[in-house]
Amino acid sequence: MPVVRVQSEPFSLGDEAEAFAKGRTDAGGLVTFTGVVRDTGGLARMEIEHYPGMTEKAIAGMVDTAMARWDLADALVIHRHGTLAPGDRIMMVATASRHRVAAFEAAEFLMDYLKSRAPFWKKEFGPDGAAWVAAKDEDEDALSRW
Amino acid sequence: MLDVMYFAWVRERIGEPRERVETDAATVEELVEELKAREPRYEAAFADLSALRVALDQELADFDAPLAGVREVAFFPPMTGG
Repeated sequence: MPVVRVQSEPFSLGDEAEAFAKGRTDAGGLVTFTGVVRDTGGLARMEIEHYPGMTEKAIAGMVDTAMARWDLADALVIHRHGTLAPGDRIMMVATASRHRVAAFEAAEFLMDYLKSRAPFWKKEFGPDGAAWVAAKDEDEDALSRW
Repeated sequence: MLDVMYFAWVRERIGEPRERVETDAATVEELVEELKAREPRYEAAFADLSALRVALDQELADFDAPLAGVREVAFFPPMTGG
């Protein structure tokens, strides 16, 4: 059963990957992707705002689409909100499939959609003050390949 | 009555995360025009609709979408997740 978690608490990449893989005999390939807060030059912290309710629904919709489109045995999406520091893990995606190509493609699809269609907004706090991160055209363009 | 919600810099410009709005607006665009006519802070938030997105009952929608039957409208900038 696919799992979607939206949370402020940190998560353990090792524990999540292990739990996702454990006892699995239905998939020959597991892919995990982890997003990390990058220090873009003196970044003190990042605050991630989201739209409770819509966030979970939007991500569940993306996961349903991925499950229907690729031959996936399972999927996991964890995305954090609240205050994060450089090096903190923001989010992870895991996919399991009989074949690795499907697992990689579905993970990339989920990543592209999470960037531009899940209602999260990042605000960065650095030496020059605070600024909302602007959406990039290339992130929007990335959706067109799906 | 509509629940109108604002996120990120839209929330900051308007100064509150949500409010109840009494309106007869038929579309999102009409609601935006009504809000802009109220106070300068709405004018500031809605100055450039191409920089905004709207969700109706938690689903992304277009600004010309009808509001009939809608309970919750949310305005926000393009999303930056991942």
